[in-house]
Amino acid sequence: MKLLTCPMNGSRPLSEFIFGGEYRDAPDQKTCSDSEWAAYVHNRSGAPGDKKEWWYHSPSGTWFIAERNTLSDKVSRTYLLSANTNSTQEQAK
Amino acid sequence: MPLRLLKYAIKKEHPASRFFKSHDAPKKSYDVVIIGGGGHGLAAAYYLAKDHGITNVAVLEKGYIGGGNTGRNTTIVRSNYLTPEGVNFYDASVKIYEGLSEELDLNLFYSTRGHFTLAHTESAMRTMRWRAEVNKHVGVESRVVGPDEIAKACPQLDLSCSGQAPILGALFHAPGSVARHDGVAWGYARGADRLGAEIHQNTEVLSIDVKNGKVCGVKTNKGYIETKQVLCAVAGFTPRITEMVDLETPIVIHPLQACVTEPMKPWLDTILVSGSLHVYVSQSSRGELVMGSSLDPYEVHSTRSTLDFVEGLTSHMLDMFPFLANVKVVRQWAGMADMTPDFAPIMGKTPIEGFYLDAGWGTWGFKATPISGKTMAQTIANDSAPDLIHSFRLSRFEDYELTGEKGAASVGH
Repeated sequence: MKLLTCPMNGSRPLSEFIFGGEYRDAPDQKTCSDSEWAAYVHNRSGAPGDKKEWWYHSPSGTWFIAERNTLSDKVSRTYLLSANTNSTQEQAK
Repeated sequence: MPLRLLKYAIKKEHPASRFFKSHDAPKKSYDVVIIGGGGHGLAAAYYLAKDHGITNVAVLEKGYIGGGNTGRNTTIVRSNYLTPEGVNFYDASVKIYEGLSEELDLNLFYSTRGHFTLAHTESAMRTMRWRAEVNKHVGVESRVVGPDEIAKACPQLDLSCSGQAPILGALFHAPGSVARHDGVAWGYARGADRLGAEIHQNTEVLSIDVKNGKVCGVKTNKGYIETKQVLCAVAGFTPRITEMVDLETPIVIHPLQACVTEPMKPWLDTILVSGSLHVYVSQSSRGELVMGSSLDPYEVHSTRSTLDFVEGLTSHMLDMFPFLANVKVVRQWAGMADMTPDFAPIMGKTPIEGFYLDAGWGTWGFKATPISGKTMAQTIANDSAPDLIHSFRLSRFEDYELTGEKGAASVGH
């Protein structure tokens, strides 16, 4: 069974989590062009590598960030977006 | 074995014929370079030569031909899609498939079985009615049937699905078929090779040269190739190739898994799909049950398969066919599906001159092999995409003109 570390609840089975896609910064709606906005809405960085992603712990309703390599499927760390670096948790090996 | 037959194994004048010639290294330049030696790339090479007389073509494959998603799918061919654009496109593919064994002079074991998409809920029935009406309008044989007709076609099926998800009806699609998927790749490879195209296995593209917005060559592990036209037909590797030319796309890679049981005597004539139970199953000409399910739930660039998948799939198979409880699963595998947000492919020209995309084939690529090869060959030869694939262009996202096919995916993803 695969495990993932929820920043609030610790190590939990992967089946309790929902993948929320890559973390991305939105362009400024007031200044960006139509094509920049369309690219933001649709395009993704699909190539493999280290990604910062949204994940959701379903039983507790916790959205958090996981840093994961999409080629090896190894998670390097998970943390709440609002938390500072002191409260980040290393993923249990 | 009779001796007079055995002598041919030893005699030099009757060598075993090869499907295609092997080449030491690619030439210095080609008119067209096709990246990816799967069904789609090889079909494009075949139709470039056959329909357009373009034979100075190299197909570059980093592994062996048909070793990617062409050899990993569950071999189902159907055209019961949701949008008229999709139905027209896949119907054109089915029509080529029907005559393809003869055209390629290779038995593809193309077997028309009929295809039932089971509905267990009223909302699923609604989608089936919708698809049936669109299909009929376009001239494709699909209709909604009740449980009686399903039971007649497949008496082994537990219509109550263990009481969990009673079957209310189904979308029946008469032309639904299965075929030998590796045969499709090998048939197109031989056809392309005979007409003059070159197939280079173990040849990996390392970078693509683009100058002033135009393709001018590709760098491979076997040397540099000059070319003005490159077709990218690499399915799960698409984002790695598009990254080489700084092209952004909506494609995200999710693994899609499948498995087969040990062979049995023939008992399952039709192809059965259950969206709610996340199962599609057919019996191969070898007697194995070929089974697939929904996508893995998150992005991974990997072809590892998991126990979770087999457990989930087989438990639903047992809801449908309780008598299979003692049958063994003998192989499981995964392919990398290049998913698009609207479940339609991305085909045609790109903002980079001479760089053509045949991608976004997600979970629906095998059935489109002949028509995608034909239309991409047309696109390359004329530097203009035919109307048939207009709805699949990359720029549809910028235009917010998506081609919503998610409702026609085999199972709920």
